[in-house]
Amino acid sequence: MEPLIRIRNLSKRFGDGCIRCLESTGPQHDTNLCSCCGSVMACNNVSFDLFHNEALGVVGESGSGKSTLVRLLHFEWEASGGCVELHQSAWPCNLPGIFTGGSDYSCNLLGLSHFQKRQLRNALMGIVYQNPHIGLRMHVSSGGNIAERLLGAGWRHIGRMRHRSSELLEKTEIPVARMDEPPCNFSGGMQQRVQIAKALSNNPLILFLDEVTTGLDLSVQARALDLIRNLRSEFNLSMLVVSHDLGVINLLCQRTMVMKSGHVVESGLTDQILQDPQHRYTQLLVASQL
Amino acid sequence: MLMYEWLQKDDELRADKAQTAGYPFGFMDDGAKKEIRRSILKAVAIPGYQAPYGSREMPIARGWGTGGIQITLSIVKPDDILKVIDQGCDGSVNAVNIKKFVAMVAGVTITTDTTAATIIQTRHRIPEERMTDQQILVLQVPYPEALREVEPSEIETRRMHAEADYSRMWLYLYEDIVNYGEITISYRYPVTVNGRYITDPSPIPRWDVPKLHMSETLFLFGAGREKRIYAIPPHTTVAPLEFEDHKFRTENFSGKACTRCGATDTYLDEVIDNAGVGRSYFCSDSGYCDKRRKTWNR
Repeated sequence: MEPLIRIRNLSKRFGDGCIRCLESTGPQHDTNLCSCCGSVMACNNVSFDLFHNEALGVVGESGSGKSTLVRLLHFEWEASGGCVELHQSAWPCNLPGIFTGGSDYSCNLLGLSHFQKRQLRNALMGIVYQNPHIGLRMHVSSGGNIAERLLGAGWRHIGRMRHRSSELLEKTEIPVARMDEPPCNFSGGMQQRVQIAKALSNNPLILFLDEVTTGLDLSVQARALDLIRNLRSEFNLSMLVVSHDLGVINLLCQRTMVMKSGHVVESGLTDQILQDPQHRYTQLLVASQL
Repeated sequence: MLMYEWLQKDDELRADKAQTAGYPFGFMDDGAKKEIRRSILKAVAIPGYQAPYGSREMPIARGWGTGGIQITLSIVKPDDILKVIDQGCDGSVNAVNIKKFVAMVAGVTITTDTTAATIIQTRHRIPEERMTDQQILVLQVPYPEALREVEPSEIETRRMHAEADYSRMWLYLYEDIVNYGEITISYRYPVTVNGRYITDPSPIPRWDVPKLHMSETLFLFGAGREKRIYAIPPHTTVAPLEFEDHKFRTENFSGKACTRCGATDTYLDEVIDNAGVGRSYFCSDSGYCDKRRKTWNR
């Protein structure tokens, strides 16, 4: 089976950079800050594949580059280097294709124009942030928040958009009667579920979850995870789950990558990583799990 | 007295060349006119795109129609016939002052008759009478950015235009419908020009928006304070933003008629009398009303 998305050598540097950036950062130095020029190598040569209908976990401590990775793949930040290729089968039919003859994969998506990236994002991707304030407009109605994505994808029928919004809110267990209330009136758990509904509104193929359960209390966490699991099987989603909580990763993901100082230090089946961690940092991570 | 007769009395003033001695034709220097014409050409070439230009000092304050004046002065020829209206009215202070000024510095004839004019400068109305391909309508624009309502940052709105990222404008309309049952924008109704840019049609009422679509006439928009020029060329599609189940609609004056000329097919101003009991309606387009009144009285 061929991967849905191929990511090769993805890098992101904040700062001017110098020739010593690569050798002076990384897990062996326990830092991503270049000692020579002060640049931050947030992501360094990250390569992996994401398959159809698969949940891939990304764990690591704060500052290891997990969220940067998601922002790069969601086209929010410009990558400094690397290659992201999409399989032909996933290409949205309403966008002009950009495939070179014979190849099953698109050209490097990072080289597309902002306009094309936006279209691709609207057609393919959904994202749920740790902080609902980033993902939602707090003073626009919840239905409007969901509709915004649909409007971006070209929907122009109020009735149909409201129907779709109520469908999604029902799935994410939010009373449809509160559809026209702004998310600022909601509890943290509800805001997170509105965010999930928004991310799912355009039937995405790929869903990015950036620390979705952090900051929720345990019972709400469990329900949110349950919801995500059910939605994944219902919508056939590929998910990239970023978390520093091994419990969340264990529950949701078949495969896991461990990141440290901008590098992927270990990757494999989740069970394998949790039972038999190879890298020193992974061992520490598993051992410190309560 | 009709507006036209009243304005004719100012003929002597126009003949006074002494006041304009030392100024070039059309008040602005050649370099300025050239730059503005260049911006106009760019605006016409990219319908709905806001072309920046260096707005000059005019003898009236910014925000009082300087964008429109600068366009008018840079396209005017001595044999042009000029009409200036303010909210449809030929006789308001702003319109009369602009008219006198342009007549003084360019020596053009002025008129109140829409069909006779070659250039019409207007604030917030499009004349009722259908304009032709021999005419140019210059609109004064206070806020050229249609997205300003949803995004205060200029850098951000420029990016939104460049990427055709208009979902927030549509979201604004969606919220309007959810909260009030209809779109509540009464003037400055956003339109999509040539299927690409969302454009501010200047604060014309909804009534006038359909006149922009596939028109014979060139529409030039000038914002003096905001330093932007944009255009809707002839035969260009102009579509007001609307939803499939909430269509754009214009003001409804059914059952009402102009008290002066009896017109039932024009944009009407409501006037409440001093006692506060009766209300009557008048054509907002005074030139058209005068014309109709001549024949109606007979």
